[in-house]
Amino acid sequence: MSKPKRGPVLTGAHYLDGDHACAEGAIAAGCRFIAGYPITPSTEVAERLAERFPRIGGTFIQMEDELASIAAVLGAAWGGARAMTVTSGPGFSLMVENIGLGVMTETPCVVVNVQRGGPSTGLPTLTGQQDMMQARWGSHGDYEIIALSPSSPQECFDLTVTAFNLSEKYRVPVMFMMDECVGHMTEKVVIPEADTIEVWPRRWYRGPKDKYLPYAPEKDGVPLMIRAGDDHRVHVTGLTHDQRGYPIINADTQRVCVSRLVDKIRNNLDDLMIVKEEQVEGADVVVVAYGISARVATKAITDARKQGIRVGFLRLITVWPFPEKRIRELAGKVKSLVMPEINMGQMFREMERAANGQCKSLLVPHCGGWVHDPNDILKAILEGAR
Amino acid sequence: MNPNQLLGKRGTTDSHPMEGFLRMDRMPHIWCSTCGLGTCLTAFIAAAQESAIPREDIVVVSGIGCTGRAAGYLKYDSFHTTHGRALPYATGLKVASPRLKVCVISGDGDLVSIGGNHLIHAARRNMDMTVICVNNFNYAMTGGQAAPSTPQGASATTAPYGAFERPFNFPFLVDSCGATYVARWTALHVRQLTIAIKEALLHRGFSFIEVISPCPTVYGRRNRLGSGLDLMKFYHDHSITKNFASTRECDIKFQQDIIVGKFVQRDEPTFLDAMDAQMKKTLGAKFVPYVGPMDPARDMTESSHDSDRVPKPK
Repeated sequence: MSKPKRGPVLTGAHYLDGDHACAEGAIAAGCRFIAGYPITPSTEVAERLAERFPRIGGTFIQMEDELASIAAVLGAAWGGARAMTVTSGPGFSLMVENIGLGVMTETPCVVVNVQRGGPSTGLPTLTGQQDMMQARWGSHGDYEIIALSPSSPQECFDLTVTAFNLSEKYRVPVMFMMDECVGHMTEKVVIPEADTIEVWPRRWYRGPKDKYLPYAPEKDGVPLMIRAGDDHRVHVTGLTHDQRGYPIINADTQRVCVSRLVDKIRNNLDDLMIVKEEQVEGADVVVVAYGISARVATKAITDARKQGIRVGFLRLITVWPFPEKRIRELAGKVKSLVMPEINMGQMFREMERAANGQCKSLLVPHCGGWVHDPNDILKAILEGAR
Repeated sequence: MNPNQLLGKRGTTDSHPMEGFLRMDRMPHIWCSTCGLGTCLTAFIAAAQESAIPREDIVVVSGIGCTGRAAGYLKYDSFHTTHGRALPYATGLKVASPRLKVCVISGDGDLVSIGGNHLIHAARRNMDMTVICVNNFNYAMTGGQAAPSTPQGASATTAPYGAFERPFNFPFLVDSCGATYVARWTALHVRQLTIAIKEALLHRGFSFIEVISPCPTVYGRRNRLGSGLDLMKFYHDHSITKNFASTRECDIKFQQDIIVGKFVQRDEPTFLDAMDAQMKKTLGAKFVPYVGPMDPARDMTESSHDSDRVPKPK
């Protein structure tokens, strides 16, 4: 254990759980505002930031509920702060309307969801991966979102920084889809020197104030941002709006407005896609997994290989947008794709759709409360290899 | 600009003296003729000018509904948010950028019904912001449904046989929760309202102004109260000014006298004051106050504590 350096970034090797690593990642990414409402198993992220922020120049505010938390985060982001909120399934359900406002007003922020088992209050202290579709489609209307899923405390740190970077780059709320196991798993986390951590600045507009169009896209489809109080006299609305940000309620404006929100993500898929691949070339079976399920799958894959099965491993880090192209390529080469997830088949439907019938798609479901028995995944691999 | 200048020379000018403060390219507005919202905006603009607060320091946040549109017509940095969430949105803005004078202009349904929880907590925290709650006794934009302000006996589309629930007494509600400036005026009391908004803008802490506003189109017509002019006439005849009246006695009953005035004005630590004081007390020299928002001019990617080591973007 090295002695932490002075300064906000806790450079050095630490023994941290995923929730605390996520909090440190947020600090390293320059987050200095968090609004949250306590909910198991996510609370440790907020608790750590409540303790850390007053020592490093950040503000934590415990709001009255989750609706207030996400609203405050959006307000803070327009106030010029890098902002985050933290929750779990039931709280996430309460946040989804304002996540839609964040999408519509192109507000950079990070929403951490440490998933537990549902539906409803479900399993407050036990794991699940059952908000994956809610992360994608929870809010009403048509939109694209970015979501990442870490598999270890180290990734909770690293990918929280990535989540902030992507949210600034694409001006979209980024969902950080942890699960209870990853959140409460304690491992070594190496935090690099602050100046080696890549932190992307906000996409600031610096032109003449009266020329600013809040929703005029740059080449990559993303507009530049300003801060409230800098006298651009900007109007920010959740209504369908034109480039000036003025509400205009007709089909043409809706087409321009919504297609850009969708296209700025869809046209940059290669940039957004983070997957980890292992021995997929020449594999008969590829296991596709994310979060804690990916850690459990590793055991099954090792066991299968001992039995002489050629198994590849595709670990999803970017879960939304779904790495459809890569899955389709693999589906054309393998006998089957196997996906364990701690739900009754959410990302599996995406995988099956992407595979498009080119190979068998096998789901290893789990209702939540604990991780898979690796033998169940092994059985699916063996079946897939037949 | 003094109030006399604001009046302009009626009938002789080509432009309205407040045009610079309104998004004229969004006119005509969607509000009905003789609605009280125009008066509220006029009072707000006049008060903002008289307060001498730099214009760029004032930001306006609205929720949803008729009054929710106020943010869109005012030429300030303005935010039109989700139903009921104007106050937490404004809280985020204020905490992230403490320099700002955050004003929330929204309706009774938005602030007190769906947003009621946020209202009591913003008041409890004494969050430094000005809230103008335009009360027209119903949900107007969706067609005149009952609100938590609808007086007992009044008719609404979702209370076709007359409202029977007890309505909120807004000044008492926010007073009891810790608001440090509370006033109520009607849309007829233009001068008093303007002064109240100015006082609220200059007040440090949670300031709340209820504006009783005529809604001739849905509330007035449904209750056979006549035109907008008749509603204003009623306010004229039935408003009783009682400064520093007990907010407990400020209930509004259907077509009875309305107590108006400035009810509460007191100094209490704001949310940010209390937070700073507690942190200083506990952490001493280890307390590093929030440094404010990122600064576009400096291309900051982190707080100033280590901004000299900011990596270049990809």
